[in-house]
Amino acid sequence: MGRAELPLHAPGTQLDKGYIGQSVPRPNAQRLLQGRGAFTDDLRFPRLAHVAFFRSPHAHARIRKLDFSKAVKAPGVIGVFDGRAVAEYCTPWVAVLAHLKGIKSPPQHAIAIERACWQGEACAAVVAESRSQAEDAVALIEADWEELPAVIDMDESLAGKTVIHPELGDNICFKREHDTGGVDEAFAKADLVVEETYGFGRHTGVCLEGRAILADYNAGEHSLTVYHATQAPHMMQDIFSRHLGIPEASVRVITKDVGGSYGIKVHVYPDEMATAALSVMLRRPVKFVADRLESFLSDIHAREHKAKVRLACTKAGEILAFELDDLTPIGPYSVYPRTSGIEGNQVVNLTGGPYKHQKYRAKMHVVFTNKNVTCQYRAVGHPIAVALTEAIVDLAAHKLGMDPAEFRRKNLIPDDAYPYTFPSGIKFERLSHHQTLDKLLALMDYKKLREEQAALRKKKVYRGIGLAAMIEVTNPSPAFYGVGGARISAQDGATLRLEPTGMLTVMCSVTEQGQGTEAIFAQIAASAVGVSMDKVRVITGDTGVTPYGGGTWASRGAGIGGEAVLLAGRALRSNMLDVAAAILKVDKAELDLRDNAVVHKLTQEEKMPLAELGRVGYFRPDTLPPDFQAELTVTRHYTPRQYGFTFTNGVQASLVEVDPDTGLVKLLKHWCVEDCGTVINPMLVDEQIRGGVVQGIGAALYEECLYDASGQLLNGNMADYLVPMALEMPDIVCAHIETPTRQSQLGAKGVGEAGTAGAPGAVMNAVNDALSPLNARVTSMPFTPERILRALGRVA
Amino acid sequence: MEHAVEATLTVNGTEVRRRIEPRQHLVDFLRDELGLTGSHIGCEHGVCGACTVRVNGAIVRGCLMLAVQADGCRVETIEGLSDSGELAQLQKAFHERNALQCGFCTPAMLLAARDLQLGNPRASREQIREHLSGNYCRCTGYQAIVDAIEEVLHGKG
Amino acid sequence: MKAASFAYAKPRALAEALDLAARPGAKILAGGQSLIPSLNMRLSSPELLVDINGLEELKGIHLDKDTVRIGALTTHAELARSDVVKKHLPLLAAAVPHIAHPAIRNRGTLGGSLALADPAAEYPACTLALDATIVVTGKKGSRKIKAGDFFKGLFETALKPGELLTAVEFKARKKDERSAFLELARRQGDYATIGLAAFATNGTKRLAYFGAGDRPILAQYAAKAKDLDSAKAALAKDLQPPADLYHSSATKLHLARVLLERAWNTL
Repeated sequence: MGRAELPLHAPGTQLDKGYIGQSVPRPNAQRLLQGRGAFTDDLRFPRLAHVAFFRSPHAHARIRKLDFSKAVKAPGVIGVFDGRAVAEYCTPWVAVLAHLKGIKSPPQHAIAIERACWQGEACAAVVAESRSQAEDAVALIEADWEELPAVIDMDESLAGKTVIHPELGDNICFKREHDTGGVDEAFAKADLVVEETYGFGRHTGVCLEGRAILADYNAGEHSLTVYHATQAPHMMQDIFSRHLGIPEASVRVITKDVGGSYGIKVHVYPDEMATAALSVMLRRPVKFVADRLESFLSDIHAREHKAKVRLACTKAGEILAFELDDLTPIGPYSVYPRTSGIEGNQVVNLTGGPYKHQKYRAKMHVVFTNKNVTCQYRAVGHPIAVALTEAIVDLAAHKLGMDPAEFRRKNLIPDDAYPYTFPSGIKFERLSHHQTLDKLLALMDYKKLREEQAALRKKKVYRGIGLAAMIEVTNPSPAFYGVGGARISAQDGATLRLEPTGMLTVMCSVTEQGQGTEAIFAQIAASAVGVSMDKVRVITGDTGVTPYGGGTWASRGAGIGGEAVLLAGRALRSNMLDVAAAILKVDKAELDLRDNAVVHKLTQEEKMPLAELGRVGYFRPDTLPPDFQAELTVTRHYTPRQYGFTFTNGVQASLVEVDPDTGLVKLLKHWCVEDCGTVINPMLVDEQIRGGVVQGIGAALYEECLYDASGQLLNGNMADYLVPMALEMPDIVCAHIETPTRQSQLGAKGVGEAGTAGAPGAVMNAVNDALSPLNARVTSMPFTPERILRALGRVA
Repeated sequence: MEHAVEATLTVNGTEVRRRIEPRQHLVDFLRDELGLTGSHIGCEHGVCGACTVRVNGAIVRGCLMLAVQADGCRVETIEGLSDSGELAQLQKAFHERNALQCGFCTPAMLLAARDLQLGNPRASREQIREHLSGNYCRCTGYQAIVDAIEEVLHGKG
Repeated sequence: MKAASFAYAKPRALAEALDLAARPGAKILAGGQSLIPSLNMRLSSPELLVDINGLEELKGIHLDKDTVRIGALTTHAELARSDVVKKHLPLLAAAVPHIAHPAIRNRGTLGGSLALADPAAEYPACTLALDATIVVTGKKGSRKIKAGDFFKGLFETALKPGELLTAVEFKARKKDERSAFLELARRQGDYATIGLAAFATNGTKRLAYFGAGDRPILAQYAAKAKDLDSAKAALAKDLQPPADLYHSSATKLHLARVLLERAWNTL
């Protein structure tokens, strides 16, 4: 860690923070407010062709024959292609990583060749002058299928009577066991053992902008430019290069505005790879935008789990041990390149997270099915791990007659216990569970809510209060993917350039999907250099322009990208002062930069505007000493090195009212107290939390991808798949504790996924708290009226 | 163009005459034919609201109206309503309160908000939420949007 | 999700519309709020869309002595704004806010909703509860069909090929009328999980359920019951609601009883 030349924010100090900690409105939001953004589907290109895909209607079927004879003759059609044709331009992939021991998955092609393994898998492509014409031609493709038995149920998959990929031997993609030892002893000596099995419904991201890619191959120079709504442009640059056989530096990936991604758009999709391959094949730009129906069928799904949990504790309420047995069904392929084993792996790592027990045993299986593929989606395994942990904790508290907040207080890792190694092996630098819990209980006036609850129960109005304490993975090092052999960068870089007029251009490898990446980089850069924010322009999402880096995922943008911007800013400041000292012929130590000018450090007297520094540095270097060269562009990189993952902590609360006649849950209010270290822009952070909470509420009450026994998706449209809309959502109160990480000068941890991680657990606990006087309990998400009424015994 | 029909419509104050395929819905026409890409497509079955535009003063789903049906109509999109300044107050409040993240739902949200402002300027917070209930946002969780509209309707809260 | 190709015609007079509607592969386009999604999803592929939105004679809300006549092309928004509807047909007025969302209500029409006959839609049940008369016009002239005879099954009505639904007639308000409109849905504006349009006058009740069968259903046994408990029990004879994606048949029946209980005292 470098020594700071100029101080930046540290909690409790009087130093000039610049823009750090201010709720500055986002400069790049102005164009979006006028409908003047540039999303990938907005782009226009000469000779642009459109691709539509012929998708399997069957969950599992051999493709005996595809007849394109009518389709090729349809108006506007440029070509119709099967899997073999596309395979000549795009090699297949296998989504495994070395550090997930034993993970296995068969090779997957851009377009299925021998057989379709899920309903919706692309089996042919039509390229035409317009999307309408491409769809017309798709309707004319005739296929001869041989239906195969489909594996849909997770238990059946695990039992393996029908194996989807016979060459793999069974349906197990990945399994993991973890045992600290001493678990049986802990359970044997416990005064109380509670056990419960939780179900989590498969659901999906539903980004408002469909997946979008426009691939533009230039045959004249064997180069490919891809306009891609992706979170990780460098990762995609590497993948396009390797799988399409184009030299890496001849591939440029540009992300324009992205209409929401939440992890959905960080994966490799076969139809997107096919689109790029078709551009190479046809030597013209080709665009694909997933429409809503195909989004439901082919965007990654996530979070289908059945988890049996046991908790052992003393009668005084001290947790002794956790035990977990988790089963999760994915699709027929592990998704490339991050694998579909990570979510289950996280559940094993994170179960019991906030608590100070020492004994833990876990068993986890990830099994293939013939449903859509699954992979990382906002907060990955956290929503499951937090929900099952917090639910079993509430159950134990209930059985002991203890208040759930008090039970947690007894067991949360003390705030002075750090650094700390958790029974699953993960390491915490420093968390603040007790401070956040105290703050939450005060913020929500917990005591008053309990009194109100008791009074209303007498009137047969059933309110529930649910708490969820949580830990969250942020700012990952290469421990997440790199160590397993993935070419996914855990470091990021920022280039800062002083323009001749004194403006600042920031180019950073982390990307923007609306969370405010570009805004916080402007804040950090402006603060680090000493310019006002209106002088800063930020460029992200272009592999031809920014340094090499990882992009957006695992809540790493502020902590990692932000640190790179800070380091580059400080270095640029130093270089600028070198130039100023040379121009002014004074000692650099006498000078400072502030408010777009060079000033005298002690008197603050303005010595020279930055525009003058730029003019001389770029246009009149002849006036500077002969051995002096102005370096007004600086690049710095940053990787978190000390901790594999920088954990954050938070605690959420949900207040609900359940109507025992209708089973409908009314969300009255929600709270979140989060510790994400240095908060760069409180408004943006709170908005991230709120959006994440509502996504988590979706999982708890509304969202589920429903498949029938033959593997047909039953509710793949916006009318039948229910996402949270404005009227049913509560106001969400946010507050913070700030425990900066010492791994960086900025001290920022991540926060983008926190809301989603904790909300489902908080809502589950609130619903069960509301139902408890009626001796009913729900354990399977989403908590539909059907499930609640059945739990209440109102329906047989 | 199969079955093309001639239509004349006024878009953001400018008269436009085109031969249009009947199957093309209004928002595809605005985006592809006129380059007005500020109105977005999110579902094409009328549920998400991202395609909301104004026709003869009333908000409609651009994906549930055929472009040929707009013959003789006055169509207003986010671009026109921005340039005329009609949305300026709402846009400022949205900006200051970060009532948008990715921006994909935003043009439609602004049109829905303006519709409420015109039709029920004393709307309560609950009524604001109800008026927005047909506009899907995945990023914000809605609260900042409700806050921004409440501020415009009732002053800083 | 781009629609398949079709021809388009916009008749300027009813006679012309009826001619076009009689052509094979022709479909009527009114509000389009249900038709166009099905076209975009390629669930239907008509050869010709007959846009009837230019037919002025299908518009307007008129009170004529003791009949309220509402033109088929009246939008939900127009219905909501109408003082005549608020005064004479409070049940209908109460239903409108539950129909989808403002942008949809600006285009969707009364006639379109009735002609589609979605069993989870609001208006069909309202017309049944109010014993309305549906006016249907063909080349041979108009005929009037009682709501109870109009809804025949899942998306199936008494409309014959080539006929248009042109108006709906309701009885103007009399003294001693009470109505209750209740709908349960997971989210505001969704199609109903289950709903009840209830109307009581002169000691008789008309309890029209929607989302409880393949068409709106009058719960006749429950309506004749003397007290709430026997009405709730009788409901099992009136309704055998099919399960939907999220609710079992038993749950739907339970919810039907809940709505009955909540409406009972109003009636």
